[in-house]
Amino acid sequence: MLQYIPNILFILILGVGIGYFTKNIRKVIRNIRLGKDVERSNNKKERFKNMLMIALGQSKMVRRPISGILHVVVYIGFIIINIEVLEIIIDGILGTHRIFAFLGGFYDFLIASFEVLALLVLVGVIIFWTRRNIIKLKRFWNPEMKGWPKNDGNLILYFEMILMTLFLVMNAADLQLQELGADHYSKAGAYPISQIISPLFNGMSELSLIILERTSWWLHIIGIIIFLNYLYFSKHLHILLAFPNTYYGDLNPKGELDNLEAVTNEVKLMMDPSADPFAAPVDDDQTEGEPEKFGASDVTDLNWVQLLNAYTCTECGRCTSECPANQTGKKLSPRKIMMDTRDRLKEVGDIIDKNGSFVPDGKELLNDYITPEELWACTSCNACVETCPVSISPLSIIIDMRRYLVMEQSAAPSDLNNMMSNIENNGAPWPFNQMDRLNWSDE
Amino acid sequence: MSETVKVPTMAEYLAEGKKPEVLFWVGCAGSFDDRAKKITKAFVKLLHNANVDFAVLGTEESCTGDPAKRAGNEFLFQMQAVTNIEVLNAYEIKKVVTACPHCFNTLKNEYPVLGGDYDVMHHTQFLKSLLDEGRLKVEGGKFKGKRITFHDPCYLGRANNVYEAPRDLLRKLEVELVEMKRCKRNGLCCGAGGAQMFKEPEPGDKDVNVERTEDALEVKPDIIAAGCPFCNTMMTDGVKSKEKEKSVEVLDVAELIANAQDL
Repeated sequence: MLQYIPNILFILILGVGIGYFTKNIRKVIRNIRLGKDVERSNNKKERFKNMLMIALGQSKMVRRPISGILHVVVYIGFIIINIEVLEIIIDGILGTHRIFAFLGGFYDFLIASFEVLALLVLVGVIIFWTRRNIIKLKRFWNPEMKGWPKNDGNLILYFEMILMTLFLVMNAADLQLQELGADHYSKAGAYPISQIISPLFNGMSELSLIILERTSWWLHIIGIIIFLNYLYFSKHLHILLAFPNTYYGDLNPKGELDNLEAVTNEVKLMMDPSADPFAAPVDDDQTEGEPEKFGASDVTDLNWVQLLNAYTCTECGRCTSECPANQTGKKLSPRKIMMDTRDRLKEVGDIIDKNGSFVPDGKELLNDYITPEELWACTSCNACVETCPVSISPLSIIIDMRRYLVMEQSAAPSDLNNMMSNIENNGAPWPFNQMDRLNWSDE
Repeated sequence: MSETVKVPTMAEYLAEGKKPEVLFWVGCAGSFDDRAKKITKAFVKLLHNANVDFAVLGTEESCTGDPAKRAGNEFLFQMQAVTNIEVLNAYEIKKVVTACPHCFNTLKNEYPVLGGDYDVMHHTQFLKSLLDEGRLKVEGGKFKGKRITFHDPCYLGRANNVYEAPRDLLRKLEVELVEMKRCKRNGLCCGAGGAQMFKEPEPGDKDVNVERTEDALEVKPDIIAAGCPFCNTMMTDGVKSKEKEKSVEVLDVAELIANAQDL
């Protein structure tokens, strides 16, 4: 009976780990569903292609070659090393050791590739850490990166460093044990990298080696389970959400802003000479109750793709580094727009968890997170949208919030109010008479 | 610039029972801004030169609503759009060309859902098609060998993926086309989009147009070519702020082609 304690313990840890992760992912999905509906089920082929190219193929990552290629290395390492995690999980449940060893030569090949990849990931992650902390690339030191976001970024890198090191130490100890001919450690696998570390453990007793190997094994798999559960609390969710996010991305030309249908209905009514101004509204989905709010002042006014965008953002800051407003010292940072949206969404989600449904907390995305000054600094140039490696659109959120400011609060900057009243009165953003529109032809 | 150019209006065409090949959407800047009016005239000369059967709406044209939409005023935008669409549809317009990328983007992308579906072209695309059809001749003339850099308008480039038409035209001028470090999809905004043209910038440490002008001046051009009346204004102001207006000109692609032939 006692011999099964490790198996039971393993299954327990795995179960709790996956259970807690599932619970939190359900929360993420519920929170995303707080967003308004938006049609993104068309053109499945193109969407699927985008997902393959942009998320799986990393096509936009490599537009910046250094970080792009490093990212591809870490990403491939991450995916392929997961095959090893599968073996670890099966071993853990069944109490076997290297259950795939029967694959023989192919197993050697697998283990050897894992080791090379683990080393590459380790190197990649160390370079990433250096870029953040020693070279101090500007985009990792913007104001919105202070505190938790900075620590979060580093923690992820430490996690990966530790996991890769544990993996290699585990193999190195295993190799020693294989050579000693220890029970259960039959010869299997090829160890191009850990054989370099292995001599460090020369002269250790079999028992110490077993303890070292087992400890690394356990810490490695527990580390992976902790990392999995860390995702929910971190910007690192992008490893999962990049896929749906690129799938559901906007397929229209970037210049096209969406049409507010609620406005269309009212405009049609206003422009229709046969409309009865006193008729009761015969509205479609918009039945009784409050009239629809124009634009967004809080996360629940945004659509679910915008909320998915917020959870997907991994704070790489490429958007902010390309933003003309940010480059010229304005407060606007497209990355901050996404981070604020996510943080507020999490806050709203926490309120729902606590009370069963949303109870106003006196806070909103607008003003409490994102200020009008940031919103008005945007030139709508689409640089942020173009550069995002996972198809996020900070611009669509900015425009929706401007809509709220203008249509619900009449809170546009006065210059813009002048521009708009000119358009209203004389059909041009400047105070010129519409009747003079053709004067240029004989000036 | 006191020279009259012949510009037929849609109303005149209708009176004669005719329909033009294409409607030239002049836009507010092209109609009222002194600098942009020169671009409008240059483009009209090219249209005449290529024997294009065109007309304008004249006093029946009104703002597309682009700055209102980007400022967040969807109401005003849609009022403008619906009004314009009524006029355009009444004239049974099929094809529209405009020298303003903002009008271009709005007419092309944001009008269809409101009932205005037209084949919309930016003037550089239209001129390119005239060139391809052999209707327009583009020759070096006085710009031959000049160093020219093209500033991509956001609403032509990133917004609608049009990068090559203006460059193809410029190459035809036998100029030395040099690219800025940030160009095409990485091109930096001039600072005017999203209704910024009509307001003071937010506090910061620099103006966007100055930043962009520095990009352009870095490649030491004789001429900065633009394809948007707002970019043109921003870049012209930027060149002035760098006190380079004596050595660097800012000209629209249409102006370059028209001036090259002394039209």
